[in-house]
Amino acid sequence: MPEMTPTPVLDAATDQNLIINMGPQHPSTHGVLRLLLEIDGETIVRMMPDIGFLHTGIEKTCEAKFYQQVVPMTDRIDYLCPMTNNLAYCLAVEKLLGLDIPPRAQWLRVLLNELTRINSHLVWLGTHAMDIGAMTVFLYCFRERENVLRLFEAVSGQRMMTSYFRIGGVAIEPPLDFFGRVKTFIDALPEHIDEYENLLTQNPIFVMRTKGVAYLSKEDALALCATGPTLRASGVDVDLRRDAPYTGYENFQFKVPVSNDGDVYARYLVRVAELRESQKIVVQALEGMPEGRVKADAPKVVLPDREKMKTEMEALIYHFKIVTEGFTVPAGEVYQAIESPRGEMGYYVVSDGTAKPYRVHMRSPSFANLQTLTKMCEGRLIADVVAAIGSIDIVLGDCDR
Amino acid sequence: MALEPAVTDLEQLKSHAEVAALVGWKAVAVEGAKFDRNELSINVERTAIRGACTALKDDSVLQYDALADITCVDWTPSEPRFEVIYHLFSTVTKKRVRLKIRLSGGDPTVDSLTPIWPGANFFEREVFDLFGVRFQEHPNLKRIMMPENWEGHPLRKDYPVEGYR
Repeated sequence: MPEMTPTPVLDAATDQNLIINMGPQHPSTHGVLRLLLEIDGETIVRMMPDIGFLHTGIEKTCEAKFYQQVVPMTDRIDYLCPMTNNLAYCLAVEKLLGLDIPPRAQWLRVLLNELTRINSHLVWLGTHAMDIGAMTVFLYCFRERENVLRLFEAVSGQRMMTSYFRIGGVAIEPPLDFFGRVKTFIDALPEHIDEYENLLTQNPIFVMRTKGVAYLSKEDALALCATGPTLRASGVDVDLRRDAPYTGYENFQFKVPVSNDGDVYARYLVRVAELRESQKIVVQALEGMPEGRVKADAPKVVLPDREKMKTEMEALIYHFKIVTEGFTVPAGEVYQAIESPRGEMGYYVVSDGTAKPYRVHMRSPSFANLQTLTKMCEGRLIADVVAAIGSIDIVLGDCDR
Repeated sequence: MALEPAVTDLEQLKSHAEVAALVGWKAVAVEGAKFDRNELSINVERTAIRGACTALKDDSVLQYDALADITCVDWTPSEPRFEVIYHLFSTVTKKRVRLKIRLSGGDPTVDSLTPIWPGANFFEREVFDLFGVRFQEHPNLKRIMMPENWEGHPLRKDYPVEGYR
């Protein structure tokens, strides 16, 4: 069967089926996703996702900015996990520069990255459950998410667009009571996850709406470039935190939840298990947090401390030079992939030796995962589409860039 | 860590199983290779990209079973102008490799990877949309990010960042 085109050619004489639009303003498409559905009664015969409504040309904009100016752009790609995007970009540029990051900065990055994962999964869980009809979970999830956002605000001054990770480390030392606040939050989290699970895991309505729905086999998942929890729920044991450790993940003990069921319920279970593992990583990061600097010792790349600028001439000069001229990066290319809450977030950065990147490409997990939707939904009911969209956890900003 | 100098000698790089496998498959198709910053890139002749991907995917040891990314870089005004970059990943060995092909500005055409990985569909549509590279045998080579009636390919270097086109 040929693929559908964004503006379908309708032929009233031969077309037996109805073609309808779902989105781009549909509340359960999690953003501006338009789905073209060819339906026979309630059954989906063909489906085509139409994206690009949020395309803002971030990759093009990056080419006109200094390396350090790209960091705030990366937040705005995937607004549910800003820190993972910051991290992927920073790691890519640090790899280009050959820069070593002090241990405290690495552990802070791991800590905040896992808080970001918790934040993202909480939004996913709340909205996914609400799509399926369980309203209460949404309120509980957003209650905890608010606490994570307050932690982000404490550390970076921003709730969502944090830009806290910088090339060479993190922006500033976190405030004094920060770790205590993280500890209070993280110690209470397992109880809250139990609370969500009590509402959903055995809930007959939720189970009926999710079990056996939107099945994706292991072979299809690999062929369609699925990634992250969607891939793991189809039985492929890949987690870049464990398989290609970055920023010190090799120092942490955690399990990678995998399921062979490949349905919406399996994806739900995998993500909830990931929430628990993230909680464990945060606890380990708090316990083992090393002392020391939070920025690399590279005056030509990293902005100097504010205090030093007031007393040292060199610091002031470096600050002026970095802000006005940027810093040059040796020519070359790197691809840095990290495990974002949605899957493999990859940054391909090409340097031509100047202060601006020649090319920045973001390989976003939502973009890759969206392709599996057609396979999941064709031949199934319209009501399952909502469950399927929720289960692949797409963020359209991430998808369209 | 200081940067190690890049290794570009093909003979030396044959110690990497990926290079050895591709040279063993079809030596004329391998135009060069580079090992830089712990990442391996292999330049492949443009007509051989589908065969090279199949060879790496079907290799019983390497098992590059997942396509991570397809993207493009515009090197205008040098010729061949476009460089299409494929990142492959193995979910078994957890290794990565990068394949690169060069395409001329006059005729940027290459075989689609959709027969091997149907998931290449969106990635290739994106490269087509933003760079104007055409993928042969692609099932639905339409614009994906920009509106259907858009003129030009925004990520080309001769396309302005701001202002009117």
